[in-house]
Amino acid sequence: MEWRHRHVIDLDTWDRSDLQFIMEQSRSMDELLDRPIKKVPALRGKLVVNLFFEASTRTRVSFELAEKFLSADVVNWSASGSSTGKGETLRDTAWTLEAMGADAVVIRHGAVGAADYLARKLRKSSVFNGGDGAHAHPTQALLDLYTAWKKLGDLDGMKMAMIGDVLHSRVARSDIIAFNRMGVKVELSGPATLMPRDTHALGAEFREDPRDALKGADIVYLLRIQRERQEEGMFPSLDEYHQFFGADDELLEFARPGALVMHPGPINRGVEISSTVADGAQSMILGQVRSGVALRMALLFVCLGGANQ
Amino acid sequence: MWVFNLFFGGEGVLKDKTRVMTGKDMERVLKRMSHEILERNRGLGDMVIVGIQRRGVYLANRIRDIFNTIESVRIPTGVLDITLYRDDLTLLHDQPVVHSTSIPEDVNARKILLVDDVLYTGRTIRAALDALMDLGRPSCVQLAVLVDRGHRELPIHPDYVGRTVPTSRNEVVEVRVSELDGKDEVVICEREDS
Repeated sequence: MEWRHRHVIDLDTWDRSDLQFIMEQSRSMDELLDRPIKKVPALRGKLVVNLFFEASTRTRVSFELAEKFLSADVVNWSASGSSTGKGETLRDTAWTLEAMGADAVVIRHGAVGAADYLARKLRKSSVFNGGDGAHAHPTQALLDLYTAWKKLGDLDGMKMAMIGDVLHSRVARSDIIAFNRMGVKVELSGPATLMPRDTHALGAEFREDPRDALKGADIVYLLRIQRERQEEGMFPSLDEYHQFFGADDELLEFARPGALVMHPGPINRGVEISSTVADGAQSMILGQVRSGVALRMALLFVCLGGANQ
Repeated sequence: MWVFNLFFGGEGVLKDKTRVMTGKDMERVLKRMSHEILERNRGLGDMVIVGIQRRGVYLANRIRDIFNTIESVRIPTGVLDITLYRDDLTLLHDQPVVHSTSIPEDVNARKILLVDDVLYTGRTIRAALDALMDLGRPSCVQLAVLVDRGHRELPIHPDYVGRTVPTSRNEVVEVRVSELDGKDEVVICEREDS
């Protein structure tokens, strides 16, 4: 296997064999998580900086755990209270990080293209996109893919229903790319106000009625509804959203029996998902959290562990 | 691709030079080693066999089967991947691939028989010992290798050796097993400049 990605910015340049390789490597990392001592010395001496300009708990903690389990040195750099607050540009931050000897930088930023920009400014370090604006969240998509692959095996020919706010979701964008590339058909549903104008361009079909999207689905993916969207008038009320699009036992009946239920978290109980579904047997939500650590370990190791550096 | 480059070192082509063991030789040697292991340990109580990925795994299974034949006991056998413990990751030409580690029993207070195909610098064994210690505290670890080709860089010594084969550093010793390579044999290969 030849690995040709130094950075993880977006998945549109990844082909199926890249995805397949990362799935297999994640499974090997997953085994480590069951051990009494989870730490391995693979990235000893490597410095990873977690650069978070936007609030994030699970992505940051998940990356941090993955880095620590691989024995990398970890520095957390958050926007508040740092030099960014004093007006430092991203370019100067990048150069500062490189001068400190960072081997890898994980960045989350509200601006589309921030991770890509950082990757262009850094001569040696690897950049991992932890989410850039509404553009991409590749590690979330890969961990979702890994969760489904681990449970269902080869995903070719399967169907995923994705329900919710696709318009503002970087998770949706990256997940559609990743699942499509593995041969999964994606159908979207949600309030028309929260759908992009051309869902075909994303690689997915829009169904007005969520029951149509769920029909025969092997995976039901629920996106988080941001409460602010209601204030913006995108839909009348959270209750009404739940009534039409919220995943409860009744809606889930339309999917394949035993279909996996996934959500990137944090969940809004009683809005996009009912408590019975969130805590039910089909829910993979906590499995996704664990997968996230294994997947990020695999990515860090693949990009930093070999001679590519 | 990775396996290809591992053998071919990414530079020049490897050519078979001498066959040092046939399939029959390997069978005899493994039987003799199994008897030595039995004799030295006065039986197999508490033992767990651990094969190092990838060819050590197949050799470990064969030793387990021989024990099964001669002593009628089935010794728990596991596999160990040492990729994440290597000290030469940054020197590799190609992407290292992490394989599975799975040891069916708790290694604490157990006697571990570590099995690998070729003992060379000793660095793989150093990594394997570290990996093993992270899984628990075995009461002792013994090392069995099919071929010892010399050139040690660390103070590591095998307990059971199939055959000692003097080699030069630009030679490569390939242990082939039928499960992966179609047939059993041990061959010395030489790098041909291309």
